Amino acid sequence: MSVSSSSPAPLHLAVALDGAGRHPAAWREPGARPAELFTARYWAGLASEAETGLLDFITFEDGLALQSSSPTGSDERTDRVRGRLDAVLTAARVAPLTRRIGLVPAVTATHTEPFHISKAIATPDHVSRGRAGLRIQVSGLAHEASHFGRRTAPFADGELYAEAADHVEVVRRLWDSWEDDAEIRNVATGRFVDREKLHHIDFEGRHFSVRGPSITPRPPQGQPVVSASGAGEASYALIARSAEVGYVAAHDGDGARAAVAAIRRAREATGATAEPLHLFGELTVFLDADAPAAAARLERLDALAGLPHGDGGTAFTGSPGQLADLLLERRAAGLSGFLLRPGVIAHDLPAITRSLVPELQRRGAFRHAYEADTLRGLLGLERPANRYARPAARPAA
Amino acid sequence: MSSKPLKQIHLAAHFPGVNNTTVWSDPAAGSHIDFDSFIHFARTAERAKFDFLFLAEGLRLREQGGEIYDLDVVGRPDTFTVLAALAAVTDRLGLTGTINSTFNEPYEVARQFATLDHLSEGRAAWNVVTSWDAFTGENFRRGGFLPREDRYSRAQEFLATATELFDSWDGSEIAADAGSGTFLRNARAGVFAHRGRHFDIEGRFNVPRSPQGRPVIFQAGDSEEGREFAAAGADAIFGRYGTLDAGREFYADVKGRLARHGRTHDQLKILPAATFVLGDTDAEAREIAHEVRRLQVSGQTAIKFLEHVWNRDLSAYDPDGPLPETDPLVGENTIALGRASVRQFRDPLATARQWRELARAKNLSIRELVIATTADQTFVGSAATIAGSIDALVQADAADGFILVPHITPGGLDAFADSVVPLLQERGVFRTEYEGTTLRDHLGLAVPAPASTPAPAPAPVS
Repeated sequence: MSVSSSSPAPLHLAVALDGAGRHPAAWREPGARPAELFTARYWAGLASEAETGLLDFITFEDGLALQSSSPTGSDERTDRVRGRLDAVLTAARVAPLTRRIGLVPAVTATHTEPFHISKAIATPDHVSRGRAGLRIQVSGLAHEASHFGRRTAPFADGELYAEAADHVEVVRRLWDSWEDDAEIRNVATGRFVDREKLHHIDFEGRHFSVRGPSITPRPPQGQPVVSASGAGEASYALIARSAEVGYVAAHDGDGARAAVAAIRRAREATGATAEPLHLFGELTVFLDADAPAAAARLERLDALAGLPHGDGGTAFTGSPGQLADLLLERRAAGLSGFLLRPGVIAHDLPAITRSLVPELQRRGAFRHAYEADTLRGLLGLERPANRYARPAARPAA
Repeated sequence: MSSKPLKQIHLAAHFPGVNNTTVWSDPAAGSHIDFDSFIHFARTAERAKFDFLFLAEGLRLREQGGEIYDLDVVGRPDTFTVLAALAAVTDRLGLTGTINSTFNEPYEVARQFATLDHLSEGRAAWNVVTSWDAFTGENFRRGGFLPREDRYSRAQEFLATATELFDSWDGSEIAADAGSGTFLRNARAGVFAHRGRHFDIEGRFNVPRSPQGRPVIFQAGDSEEGREFAAAGADAIFGRYGTLDAGREFYADVKGRLARHGRTHDQLKILPAATFVLGDTDAEAREIAHEVRRLQVSGQTAIKFLEHVWNRDLSAYDPDGPLPETDPLVGENTIALGRASVRQFRDPLATARQWRELARAKNLSIRELVIATTADQTFVGSAATIAGSIDALVQADAADGFILVPHITPGGLDAFADSVVPLLQERGVFRTEYEGTTLRDHLGLAVPAPASTPAPAPAPVS
């Protein structure tokens, strides 16, 4: 049918989960359950709600320091959510309770070991049969560095992102360090694995070197999905070189267009243009029946928090229909999906799954059922060949 | 009749992973990676009311003679994340994982264990192990940086630092009172500062106090340093002795050290690892055990094992022939890399001498010798025999219980759960229902009160 073949691809939708929501007063809203933020029950409930809405994936936000409104260290505030659970473990905890949705925890590259991260993401990918990813981030904050005591911050942005790119490179090589059919269980020869199909990765970089192979067999997706946020040129280079999904926080269509163009240019410079790269708009949302209701709710939240919550001009306040308009319009800037941050999870997550999603479905812009059972499948990404595998003899094309 | 009350037995299960006892070639053996295997195993342990499931860890694939070792199971999942996933499919079973204190940082590990304890509602336990070797270090930022003699002092300070982090929240901080807008009662929750030889860190720990206060701490190791380390601070120790005399000696020694650290007899559980072979009769079990030993030690495996002691290439030797007349190479073991077990042969010349004598006396081939010295099962017999042996060892203070290591993944625990456990329950020495919800409850351990001031690092053992 010419109509459907010429209409744009459906949108991809993901939701970022952090505490009770993006707004600092979110935890005080009805239904927020602030005393349960450190329970599995809370996170399982959110994942289940997101899956009901057929979302591509959820991200689990994280950091290696106590939350603070100050970049220099603790703000010693007592009126905001403080404390959180490790995102990678939370994603793993939720994995057996979900069936289709992607699970994408935040990982800080700056202070962690890529060897540990590689197996820590491969394992939930095994548990979920192919639904794991990660959101790589960096930390240049002195008060985070002081939790590790190895190096003294601040670090230059370029250096942090270059280290993160090396980190992801190691993680990816380790995922490939076992070929898919390395386990042979050959009773006749007594060999459990074919050691020719296990590979040292021999990475040498500025901040670390890693020999490999991984201790964990190649995950079901081959390469779980790597994502990263775009915030300036150094981060664009990381997305271009290392990610399958980049998040772009822009104030308007022009801002989004400029960021998309810059990341695409950086991508071309890597020579990796054959591999698809999703760019998602990143947006905080306050959704209500109509715009005045949403604005009134935000005003009330701001009053509770004692200050206006602008979110850098990337917040949306309005009805699900208006948000659908905005997403479809913003798509023209070159975005294939959106990472939505619910202002108040208790309110805005169900608004996304139960109002925005049906609205997008009515407009033919969102799936009616999960069409794949891996995260790569949902994102239309192929399962990549293993870089270490000798190519099988193939007839000429 | 003795008036001494019956001791209650603790039982746990080790998911068989990378080791020399898993019989992967058995038609009943399944995947060691597929999560369904972990679900089956964990649910069997929980159905049997076991205290906990235990997962070992390795951070580099073992190599021998310059090649990746391929005769045993190779590969395993990540410890933390597989335990977190298992918390979703079990309700009461404790979740114990080995985490190395050498190639990790206290802030990160404390965060992960506190998280696991929250996500499992109080079922997390940490088996603290050490490593120092450059071979494993090749996978990590710091490389082979740790002098061998420092590994216990780093482990001690690592655990002390992690404890300070666990204790940086006392559990009363979170008000989460929406009405007044008070989330935290204490603006300084999580403040810590540790200045030590191995770690110099400060800041705010960002995971609130977990249900058990701290995870249960396990320690393995038989050395003087290991025993002292466990007596000073561990909640349980993985013993190595599943026999009456050796077990009693170890038990008395380790429990005897507790008072010096201001601790009572009950505050440290001694749980040796144990293998078992069940049969309908004792005779049948002995036959099966013999066959299992042959499957565990193939001719190739026997030669490879002998190389651990001889520290040289013995591939030219016939496993069905006599032991080598040539002596072991003394010094750093360079032939077998990534194995903790080679450290147990501290005097390879003496070991070789003993083995040659044993082989000559009993007319054993290489393979038969290796079977005789390594592959002995702890418990062999009918369900009644095994239940009786376990009970007898525990009542005689050779152990407080056992960590069972089946030789089949993942169904190797099923028969034990169905036949031996009911007999122990009939004897009144093993629970029929969980009485508590946390692993501390199962082990009879109190929730530790947070230290009012961060504890100083214990002095390194010299």
